[in-house]
Amino acid sequence: MAIDIKDIIKPENLVYSKSSLLTNRPMHYCPGCSHGVVNKIIAEVIEELGIQEDVIGVAPVGCSVLMYNYIEVDWHEAAHGRAPAVGTGIKRLLPEKYVFTYQGDGDCAAIGTAETIHACNRGENIVMVFINNGIYGMTGGQMAPTTLQGMKASTCPFGRDVQRDGNPLKMTDIVATLPGTCYVTRQAVHTAAAVRKTKKAIIKAFENQKNKKGTSFVEVVSTCNSGWKMTPMESNKWMEANMFPFYPLGDLKNE
Amino acid sequence: MAKIRGAIVVDTVTCKGCSLCVEACPTDVIRLADEVNGKGYNFAYMFNPEACIGCANCAMVCPDSCITVYKMKVEETV
Ligand SMILES: Cc1ncc(C[n+]2csc(CCOP(=O)(O)OP(=O)(O)O)c2C)c(N)n1
Ligand code: SF4
Ligand code: SF4
Ligand code: SF4
Ligand SMILES: [Mg+2]
Repeated sequence: MAIDIKDIIKPENLVYSKSSLLTNRPMHYCPGCSHGVVNKIIAEVIEELGIQEDVIGVAPVGCSVLMYNYIEVDWHEAAHGRAPAVGTGIKRLLPEKYVFTYQGDGDCAAIGTAETIHACNRGENIVMVFINNGIYGMTGGQMAPTTLQGMKASTCPFGRDVQRDGNPLKMTDIVATLPGTCYVTRQAVHTAAAVRKTKKAIIKAFENQKNKKGTSFVEVVSTCNSGWKMTPMESNKWMEANMFPFYPLGDLKNE
Repeated sequence: MAKIRGAIVVDTVTCKGCSLCVEACPTDVIRLADEVNGKGYNFAYMFNPEACIGCANCAMVCPDSCITVYKMKVEETV
């Protein structure tokens, strides 16, 4: 077949390109890190909904601390774990804005447990994105409340021992029981199909905020290949085999 | 018969060689190059361009948004 690649690579044949809301700064995340995929999805959602001028993101402490460098919207940095409290303040002062928080599991489900639970219980009209990689990625892969039983981390090199370290925490299941949440879902980004589903979930979460429905909480079960000490591909397989049985994907609440 | 042909363009400067796109491609189009980019990563490229169907699965899973996807219908003359 005499069709040249150059004939295909033409503007009229374009089907996918980087979101115009993503800056040209190279992301600092490790190769293969789920954070990059979720950052990209959020940029695409904001672009597709046409709400760039009306969005305020709240960045956490954790590997995504520099997220404000990557998406061209207004941002506010929060102290470790306090993103839902900061998001609450912003949304109450500027109710016409779309406010979203973005937090890792150490941020959302360890140091910030109180802020997470109370923002969800009050039903703050914000979008909360929760990146659960079962580990403190940024600080060197320490055990988090979300670390699975038997899962190795730098502070439990022989695996989490429930007798000694307590049980892993399902923050998403907890917030689903609270009256303030309208939409609680658990997604992933390890395949193209999963990426499409996560994107749909985040679109729904922003639409809920527009309709003043309360807190939308989107967990993304994620990998931290550096902390897990596996290749990105092995991490995805390990996540499917070990994380998904304990953190099953799907909607927990959709009102 | 009309056939779908696709093609990808990889930003080889920002590619980190994570290989998630290689795994995501249903038609085995992508491989990592033997050479490395300025950061020392073996970047992704179309090893088997004829097989690309422009499905964009590779671009969806790329954490660094390095992949642009094109697709067109080609009339096949047998
Ligand atoms: C008050 C405070 N305590 C502790 C730290 C150290 N610290 C920085 S990030 C982090 C945990 C990050 O883990 P997670 O939220 O899961 O994010 P990840 O890097 O895994 O995405 C900790 C404990 C800090 N920066 N501030
Ligand atoms: S340490 Fe883990 S969470 Fe942090 S950027 Fe690297 S892979 Fe991602
Ligand atoms: S567009 Fe689809 S077929 Fe083409 S390289 Fe990407 S994943 Fe493979
Ligand atoms: S997924 Fe992206 S960063 Fe990873 S190898 Fe492919 S093009 Fe490079
Ligand atoms: Mg984490």
